[in-house]
Amino acid sequence: MNGRRILTIYAKELRDMLRDRRTLVSMIVIPTLLMPLIVGVVVFISVKVIRQARAEAPVVMVIGGDDSPGLRAALGAHGRLRVMPAAEDWRTRVAAKTVRAAVEIPSGFDGALARGEPATVKIHHYEGELRSGFAVAELQRFLGDYRERVVSARLAERGLPATFVKPFSVQTANVAPPEKVGGNVVGGIIPYMFLLLCFTGAMYPAMDLTAGEKERGTMETILCSPVSRLDLVLGKFLMVLTASLGTVVCSLLSMVGTVTLGGPLVLSMAGAARAGASAAALPTLDPLGLAAVLVLVLPMAVFFSALLLSIALFAKSFKEAQSYLSPLVIVIILPAVAGVLPGVELNAKLALVPILNVSLASKELVSGVWHWPHLALIFGSTSLYAAGALALAVRMFNREDVLFRT
Amino acid sequence: MIVARQLSKTFRDRKRGAIEAVAGVSFCVQPGQIYGLLGANGAGKTTTLRLLATLLQPTGGTAEVAGFDVTREPAEVRARVGFLAASTALYGRLTARETLAYFGRLNGMSDADIAARTQALAHDLDMHAFLDRRCDKFSTGMKQKTSIARTLIHDPPVMIFDEPTLGLDVMAARTIVQFVRECRARGKTVIYSTHIMSEVEKLCDVIGIIHGGRLLAEGTLEALRASYREHDLEEIFVQAVGLPPAGVAGNP
Repeated sequence: MNGRRILTIYAKELRDMLRDRRTLVSMIVIPTLLMPLIVGVVVFISVKVIRQARAEAPVVMVIGGDDSPGLRAALGAHGRLRVMPAAEDWRTRVAAKTVRAAVEIPSGFDGALARGEPATVKIHHYEGELRSGFAVAELQRFLGDYRERVVSARLAERGLPATFVKPFSVQTANVAPPEKVGGNVVGGIIPYMFLLLCFTGAMYPAMDLTAGEKERGTMETILCSPVSRLDLVLGKFLMVLTASLGTVVCSLLSMVGTVTLGGPLVLSMAGAARAGASAAALPTLDPLGLAAVLVLVLPMAVFFSALLLSIALFAKSFKEAQSYLSPLVIVIILPAVAGVLPGVELNAKLALVPILNVSLASKELVSGVWHWPHLALIFGSTSLYAAGALALAVRMFNREDVLFRT
Repeated sequence: MIVARQLSKTFRDRKRGAIEAVAGVSFCVQPGQIYGLLGANGAGKTTTLRLLATLLQPTGGTAEVAGFDVTREPAEVRARVGFLAASTALYGRLTARETLAYFGRLNGMSDADIAARTQALAHDLDMHAFLDRRCDKFSTGMKQKTSIARTLIHDPPVMIFDEPTLGLDVMAARTIVQFVRECRARGKTVIYSTHIMSEVEKLCDVIGIIHGGRLLAEGTLEALRASYREHDLEEIFVQAVGLPPAGVAGNP
């Protein structure tokens, strides 16, 4: 092994790659723009839709209840609903979304209430439609209040206290730290993006530096120089690793930038009234945990780089390499997605499964959970896989039938 | 100097089994001499030259290049060889100067040596106009000159040419042939493979006819003409490889 030659090869590959527009796009532009773009689009659309929906008082239709002027009058007076006169085709109108919900008052409702007899008010809505949901919520709130008023009146009539029908109340309190809440929601997705970018970042240079060189005829040129195959593969490997980690770093910086710059923007967009709710929805990640995720991603990047280099070297042309490597993206996505699924928890066995282990540990780390034995197991096993992949790459570069495959 | 002793290479192919690409080839090339390896496509020329350049490992026999054994000291051999083939391309995104610097560094040269050598080669090959331009924008002629400079950057005593004129036009091919002659004039050991008879006639001091991985005839052009009693090299070649002479098949 000759350090100077490895560095010479690395420096040349780096310069070569930085002059290639396609690498720059896959390594810097895409990961940098991806994060703010995803977050921006999602936040923008959801804030806009929710705001618009909230601003608009839902249009509801009251069906029946001609003999119940009490409830009708109360409904008409409720400022947060726009009551439309009843029409025969109310079902079609709810489906067509010109009316958000219809409330059906049974005949003799007011009379039944006065007599203390049971009665049922029906709400017709369009399941799954956001604004229909808002109308239902508003109707339920209104009807709930109306019922409370009836109950209070009845209790007062009989001279009973309010606690007669509500002997105790139930409260729920959250003990999870805020980062745990954010971590479970966003925590799985962010490390998963890192894993994917770490892989895709290595993919293009791995193909270009092996099959691409064979195709362009520069592989033979470099092989007939005095550089040893070991130095050659290490120099190339360092370049692929740089691209992989560069992609992750770009996406990380972009994410930090999105949260610090974009956070206040989102709050102002959401409006002062909903500020509290929006702040809770924003990811609050443990920065130390995020740093630990990067430490775990490091051997993963080594593993990906060496593995991609070995496979791509086998191909004769860039296209052939693409057909080998593209399906691998799915192989990466599957365990990474499995890690995001609810209910899948890290244990000693899963800590040995490549990709899935890092994905699961990342979810815990960003939500502030540090399980040292598992972390050590993951780092150790991933490093071992990485070393294996690198050894495979060196072996492949020493095989004539792979280098001069015809 | 190049000495090949019973050099052999057998490839394993899953479908076709063992393929003897080179079978017991022995020859010797002296400094200041051009040895022409003449053969048809698939005769074993490229494999033989790749064995000499240590791109491939022999499965039998060995060779000595510039005093170093190809199996035991491949890095030493490569440091003393300039290898130019139709299949050795340039890095498109590097300039000619960067290409020369890269190969200079890989050969362990200092930056000062590289700069001086680049200057000298650029002068000899008239490369100053495009020295700092990227190779992917070059004409064929510019690429040829840069490739030649690349093989010469470390001033190797042995030059290996594998069908270097393949696919080139007359002018570009002439540049190569002229360059090969200059290598001989500077006392380098040169081995040159081709299937073009006229190139061999013009260029080579010793000719080896290779077919089916075996060296079937060897000698100077005069010696071959004398032993085959034939003036035309093409006829000599056909007789050496054992093909029926032209015209016979049609006249019973």
